[in-house]
Amino acid sequence: MHKESELRPPLILGDKTWHDITEDVCRPVESKANKWWWLAFSVSSAALLWWIISVSYTLGTGLGVWGLNKTVGWAWDITNFVWWVGIGHAGTLISAILLLFRQKWRLSINRSAEAMTIFAVICAATFIVSHMGRPWVGYWPLPLANQFGSLWVNFNSPLVWDVFAISTYFSVSLVFWYTGLIPDFAVIRDRAKTKMSKRIYTILSFGWVGSAKNWQRFEEVSLVLAGLSTPLVLSVHSVVSMDFATSVIPGWHTTIFPPYFVAGAIFSGFAMVQTLLIIVRKVLNLEDYITIYHIDMMNRIILITGSIVGVAYITEFFIAWYSGVEYEQYAFINRATGPYWWAYWSMMTCNVITPQLFWSSKLRENVFATFIISIFVNVGMWFERFVIIVTSLHRDYIPSSWAMYHPTWVEAGIYIGSIGLFFTCFLLFARVFPVIAMSELKTIIKSSSEGEKKKAAKHSNKSESHA
Amino acid sequence: MIAGVMMIIGLLAIIAQFATHHEQTWSNLLMNNFMFMGMALCATFFLAVQYVAEVGWSAVIKRPLEAMGQSLPVAGGIMIVIIALGGHHLYHWMDAELFDPKSPKYDEIIAGKSGFLNPTFFWIRVVAYFVIWTYFAKLFRKNSMLSDEGDGVGYWRKNRAAAAKFLVLFAVTESTMSWDFVMSVDTHWFSTLFAWYTFSGIFVTSIAALVFTVTYLKSKGYLQEVTEHHLHDIGKFMFAFSIFWTYLWFCQFMLIWYSNIPEEITYFMLRQDHYRGLWLASFFINFITPFVILMTRDAKRKLYLLMGMSIVVFIGHWIDTFVMIIPGSMITAGHHAAEGAAHVAEHGEAAISIGSIGLMEIGTTIGFIGLFMYLVQHYLSKSPLVAKNHPMMEESLHHAI
Repeated sequence: MHKESELRPPLILGDKTWHDITEDVCRPVESKANKWWWLAFSVSSAALLWWIISVSYTLGTGLGVWGLNKTVGWAWDITNFVWWVGIGHAGTLISAILLLFRQKWRLSINRSAEAMTIFAVICAATFIVSHMGRPWVGYWPLPLANQFGSLWVNFNSPLVWDVFAISTYFSVSLVFWYTGLIPDFAVIRDRAKTKMSKRIYTILSFGWVGSAKNWQRFEEVSLVLAGLSTPLVLSVHSVVSMDFATSVIPGWHTTIFPPYFVAGAIFSGFAMVQTLLIIVRKVLNLEDYITIYHIDMMNRIILITGSIVGVAYITEFFIAWYSGVEYEQYAFINRATGPYWWAYWSMMTCNVITPQLFWSSKLRENVFATFIISIFVNVGMWFERFVIIVTSLHRDYIPSSWAMYHPTWVEAGIYIGSIGLFFTCFLLFARVFPVIAMSELKTIIKSSSEGEKKKAAKHSNKSESHA
Repeated sequence: MIAGVMMIIGLLAIIAQFATHHEQTWSNLLMNNFMFMGMALCATFFLAVQYVAEVGWSAVIKRPLEAMGQSLPVAGGIMIVIIALGGHHLYHWMDAELFDPKSPKYDEIIAGKSGFLNPTFFWIRVVAYFVIWTYFAKLFRKNSMLSDEGDGVGYWRKNRAAAAKFLVLFAVTESTMSWDFVMSVDTHWFSTLFAWYTFSGIFVTSIAALVFTVTYLKSKGYLQEVTEHHLHDIGKFMFAFSIFWTYLWFCQFMLIWYSNIPEEITYFMLRQDHYRGLWLASFFINFITPFVILMTRDAKRKLYLLMGMSIVVFIGHWIDTFVMIIPGSMITAGHHAAEGAAHVAEHGEAAISIGSIGLMEIGTTIGFIGLFMYLVQHYLSKSPLVAKNHPMMEESLHHAI
């Protein structure tokens, strides 16, 4: 029999029954959207519209509408790509690695974090497609048999590794997410009141009946997918980092990149989960499920990964000096004191200093402070990629070709528009999908809900007084 | 008893090396003591993680971890003696003439590192490492023993607070220690990943040592509270971190190989040209064996299989440590010996000393393992094998997966 230490706080507040969980999680799906949802949805859709306009203009006119030049041939597009891919990592970490570590608190947050992963990867992919300029030949990076003579992918190129890394990541995440959704869709199907929703959720739930065999297969598949996803947490951002690290560009070529990118990705991913969930728990009345303890735990992960990233920054700086290679040394001094010093110091402040505030348990448990710091981290991680990419490129080996990079309104539109795309997807998700994995959450009600914990405490007190 | 015999073998091997002017003596001492130190250090790190992450299942294996950490002051003492007496045979940069612009041996690149690689700062760091690590290793154990007699939750909280501080210091000291003790052996060379790569190696070695200690105690009828569920969990750590080590090994190697720039690639050329067999062996033993054998659930739950795998992983990482330290330090040792005999002119530039594995090397390692076993046994025997009043103990005793 499993025991739980008295030190463990409850993960479900209030004296909830299984039915209460079903009601609370299904309510947003079964009721009409309130005005706050419509307001958020309108703003996101407006941003999405700007995205459509900017992308169409880029594709129609050509990549010349971006601020790129011969020296800085890669800037906002790849910065945003890396930023979005990084954000996706929290979902995979929560559903795969926290599953292996048996962290029960993951159950209230895994569904929305995984949804976030999928939408973030979609946003990332849009930057690849728009940077192609000619998306109708977007299948060229795939090693397909073709009629174009010598046209074949270059397997030596890390960009091709990226194609495999990202597409594997997307497929596995999607299947993992969907598998978890099946029993919950079945719950909604069984409660559906209109014919239309009954039909839709019947299709979505794949004929789930909740039999023992169904559950046994479900658990087996979950474990296999967790096993597949665990190396993906590390491999995806490692491969992304190799886009830079395999080069010989000072500031890019550094061996610490793969694990340091992974730590940064988890860091930014958790920050985005906080940003989203702090709003979601309030708007959808889920404070009993996504508790302060959940927020505290995620803040601890932000603190740890933020510190790992800090150690990596200092290591890079130190080794650049220690190496005695003057190009490396210049790249780092230029970052901190060159024309993009403001980007560097924004990154340092947001990524290294602000998360250290989470040493205070008061701040970790403060919803408002968490929200603000999570925004700081999101901003800082964007600047990190910008600093790595643009400052390393804009002053390369030949001073005569040094240049500055300035984004245009089109690039700004694609970036802000992609945030619109992300939130539009997430808002739709929050209306039609159960945002908490209710069937799985129900498995911990006996061990970890406040009501059951109180009952157990009462019981043990009684038996002690009898003795 | 066995530990005593092993220590005598080790001592004899070391005496024999000095007696026969074995060129590799100091290198052997450094690499073995580094592994010895790494096992104790990472055991303390793992213990600290148990507190900070509020882990439940591991409460029953806390005492072996605490005992392993107690070797730190001994490892520190040996390390200081080795470097004080043999530093010139190990670290190229300890030659003061390299920093003197007037000397024919002046080396501009190494001179550029003098802000970090200078004897004063180096010794301050080395002493600081062992003082910090020993302090925390002793503190964790002391609080744990005190909690046996009384307030389990209070001392658990104390240790958790101390563990958080230790982890911050560990993040810094582990990085700089890997540069000091290992990376500076190849004085010109550098790699930003090196500190984390070194960590993954010593951590997995330390987990292997933990697996061996726990399975050995269990096979002798002690520590019966440890069930196959606990074995499964430590087996998972050995499995997972073997893969993590491989991941970092691959990242460091692949990025340097791919870029192929002279200041970096020399490191792997030296190893490929002169240590190819060992270099490949460490990769395959440390990756393929645990990956294939420990993959299944059943494998991780079998006492003797797990014990055997801990020995394999130890051997694999012994080879890895050899490949990390010996190639560079043997070049320094070779130069040093050549200069001592004033034979510089006779030796061409290309003549470098190459390390090898013989009875002396194996004997030294047996000695260090004996020392580690002796210390672990000594400290384990001074306290109950399973902690009492630990707030997570009920979870750990009822652990079932």
